[in-house]
Amino acid sequence: MISPGFIIMSYVVASILFILSLSGLSHQETSRRGNYYGMAGMAIALCATILSDSVDSYIILIIALAIGGVIGTKAAIKVEMTQMPELVAIMHSLVGMAAVLVGYANFIDSSFGLEGIEKTIHEVEIYIGIFIGAVTFSGSVIAFGKLCGKIDGKPYMIPGRHWLNLGLLLATLWLGSIFLSATETGGGTFALIIMTLIAFAFGVHMVMAIGGADMPVVVSMLNSYSGWAAAATGFMLSNDLLIVTGALVGSSGAILSYIMCRAMNRHFLSVIAGGFGSTGGEAATVEGEVISIDVQEATQLLSDAKKIIIIPGYGMAVAHAQHTVNEITKVLRAQGKNVAFGIHPVAGRMPGHMNVLLAEAKVPYDIVFEMDEINDDFADVDVSIVIGANDIVNPSALDDPNSPIAGMPVLECWKSATTIVLKRSMATGYAGVGNPLFVHKNTRMLFGDANDTMQAVLKAINS
Amino acid sequence: MEIGIPKEIHPGEKRVATTPDVAEKIIQLGFDVSIESGAGVLANISDEAYKEVGCTIRKTAKTLWKNADIVFKVRPPETHPELALDETELLSKGGHVISFIWPAQNKDLLQKLSDKNATVLAMDCVPRLSRSQKMDALSSMANIAGYRAVIEAAEHFDRFFTGQITAAGKIAPAKIMVIGAGVAGLAAIGTAHSLGAIVRAFDTRPEVKEQIESMDAEFLMLEFVEDGSGSGGYAKTMSKEFIAAEMDLFARQAMQVDIIITTALIPGKPAPKLITAGMVESMRPGSVIVDLAAEQGGNCALTEKDKVIVKHGVTLIGYTDLPSRMAAQSSQLYATNLRHLLTELCPDKNGIIDVNMDDDVIRGTTVIKAGQITWPPPALAVSATPAPQTEEPAVADVEKPAKPSLIPEPIKQLLPLVLIGSALFALGSVAPVSFMSHFTVFILSCFIGYQVIWNVSASLHTPLMSVTNAISGIIIIGAVIQISSPGFMITLLSGLAILIASINIAGGFLVTRRMLEMFKK
Repeated sequence: MISPGFIIMSYVVASILFILSLSGLSHQETSRRGNYYGMAGMAIALCATILSDSVDSYIILIIALAIGGVIGTKAAIKVEMTQMPELVAIMHSLVGMAAVLVGYANFIDSSFGLEGIEKTIHEVEIYIGIFIGAVTFSGSVIAFGKLCGKIDGKPYMIPGRHWLNLGLLLATLWLGSIFLSATETGGGTFALIIMTLIAFAFGVHMVMAIGGADMPVVVSMLNSYSGWAAAATGFMLSNDLLIVTGALVGSSGAILSYIMCRAMNRHFLSVIAGGFGSTGGEAATVEGEVISIDVQEATQLLSDAKKIIIIPGYGMAVAHAQHTVNEITKVLRAQGKNVAFGIHPVAGRMPGHMNVLLAEAKVPYDIVFEMDEINDDFADVDVSIVIGANDIVNPSALDDPNSPIAGMPVLECWKSATTIVLKRSMATGYAGVGNPLFVHKNTRMLFGDANDTMQAVLKAINS
Repeated sequence: MEIGIPKEIHPGEKRVATTPDVAEKIIQLGFDVSIESGAGVLANISDEAYKEVGCTIRKTAKTLWKNADIVFKVRPPETHPELALDETELLSKGGHVISFIWPAQNKDLLQKLSDKNATVLAMDCVPRLSRSQKMDALSSMANIAGYRAVIEAAEHFDRFFTGQITAAGKIAPAKIMVIGAGVAGLAAIGTAHSLGAIVRAFDTRPEVKEQIESMDAEFLMLEFVEDGSGSGGYAKTMSKEFIAAEMDLFARQAMQVDIIITTALIPGKPAPKLITAGMVESMRPGSVIVDLAAEQGGNCALTEKDKVIVKHGVTLIGYTDLPSRMAAQSSQLYATNLRHLLTELCPDKNGIIDVNMDDDVIRGTTVIKAGQITWPPPALAVSATPAPQTEEPAVADVEKPAKPSLIPEPIKQLLPLVLIGSALFALGSVAPVSFMSHFTVFILSCFIGYQVIWNVSASLHTPLMSVTNAISGIIIIGAVIQISSPGFMITLLSGLAILIASINIAGGFLVTRRMLEMFKK
């Protein structure tokens, strides 16, 4: 077979390819190349490991690889772009589960023969690896359930949940000490299993307490955890490739979570502690009259406008309206109007969600702008169209200090001459916050399913 | 009504309160204009020029004052050198005077005018509002003073302002520091810059930084936060700490610059002493200081009022009559300011003025109404710049950030570092070498990840997440290593792990590819 030196060299090459893959993703032009780097790195690492001396159970290996590969490929081809957050969440859970399984396998495997402090460290590594993996698994499953609507998106709060979390953590530490002090082989199995169950409960509880509006943070946080799980496994197996890759993914997810938190002007810990949207009692209630319009009036407003900004939100994803929106954009642009898209960093249910949907609908990316790029332009805008967004266009974030979303930067669409808000009905957003935008004097509400309404508008514009 | 313009009697004063151009427009408003013979001579305006536009020429000051209902002057009324009479005594009872008055410094004059039952409007009291800018004679005069200050400096400075490279060698440009960027300061900056000098400017009010930079001068920053904006767009007295920092800056600049032009004034107070004798001494011989605050005691310790002196090889110019040195120009601007005020006073254009005390501008300008002293006027809350500040809180502001935050801040920043550091050292003291080498790899990788991810553009966050997801499927390596270990359980667990991790790898990479394909332009 091949020498250990060759394997280590392959690992180094794979690590470099992974780093290049992530840095390639920083720009649209290089992103595809980045993805291929990632694939190449994975292939090299996998081949080198399979060809190493220590591997000989090829049959099981190849069967498992084939089944997994087919399932993954099918999922990747079938998934709709609006379901990306769910897919990403469920895949995080798989990494978590794999970490737990590898951890158990490693624990059962007694062939290491370590002594003293090295044995202790190795066991600590196993313990931590399984703990992170289990939390990632159960947390991701709950996130998946919330994202596809199988579990209610509202934060689910148990009284004294912080004490419960603390208790679970202390129990984990206590079980850990039992696990470490077990001398004979397999002696700590019971403690390990109990700890795994506690970790599962911990993950479920943690994500259940987080509201739907914070999902972008949760998804990127779980992304980070899946990386740390891989890194912990790397420590357990003394494998540098796993450590490097896990650390890359872990820090990537952590930074993404930080960016998302900053976009919502919230502290990371307060997102993780959960309960968002439950403290809205003191916030000013929104009063005023809603002015609703029909498709004809909306079309009239659009044909009179010169500069139009479209603000998509999760509602657009739910209604699959992105293609219709693109068609309308094309028609309006052909009429010589200036149409742009304003994307809030936390629009949708995962980081960059809206960009993916608009890209899928083939909206040219040079008319898609980030919040900071476009927020100063609203004063010159004739019509802003808000499609299924709520909290990210809520003026009370800026002017009501009691609002649960106070201080969060928002797209200031109310500064434009007219704002058309497409909405299913007069319900509050995921954060459960009333939105003064809907009763603003310049706002016109267009009720109905976003896609149906947009279709009707498209028809009216064309005729 | 007849408007009389006497000859200015202050020694050296060359200006005159109206010019023929302006007199013509005043006559159109319905007034008669009479001029004392020779009033414009020093500003190069002959009696004939006035006569041509329809002014009456009065032979003597006495006849002029006697016939005039309204007297326009430049300098406040004072004792007439030839008649040995005070101008206030020449004023007819119940007459009007519009002039610079400086009521704060001239209380006696106010009393005398009030005894005459006069109505007096002071051009130095025009409130600073945007609609009164056209009457703001102080700004007009300051503009001229700023320009002239540079010209005077140029006369006494024995080198070029502009840098040149000639066959005879290289000439460095002159460096000029302007202190105080009010109207005079900004005019000086503009003039010096257009002569080719390198200009630096300082002001206590941070909001003028933009104005200074717009004139292509360098704003001298002070490493100190205090807002020096007083009400009405003027500067106010600064705290001790601020002044110390300021003096330090000036001392350093004095050694570098060739010319210093100081324009720092605080309303109603003696001029702050900004340039000490030591700083003058540290300047290069041949340098010039123009002290525009000489009238109020000077910004430089060595300035002598109305004189040009040389101390330590540095020429100190303390002229207080810079506008008068450009009499034609300043007379024209001053006359125009007066005419604008007159237009406000005579809205019906019928040659009769109405001192309407309900008008903010007229109310502020009027210091005596029919013998009644109305100065000082009630405060106007409107300022040239937003949010006027009183002195008290501004000084208090300085104390707060400077002292208490100084001690805990570094500790606050260092604390996490110290904690993490000691935790790492504690770990390092017990952990075996093999663990530490892995740990090194781990920490370095975290840093690489940190550096790489910040550059990812927001629109690519979803692909980034799915690709990192695929990459974290690398955990499959762990399972592959384990699968050949003896024992059914291990094989089963590892096989399962391989299965689900490979779902991850295949799905993650492929879905990323699908997404990125859509991002094509």
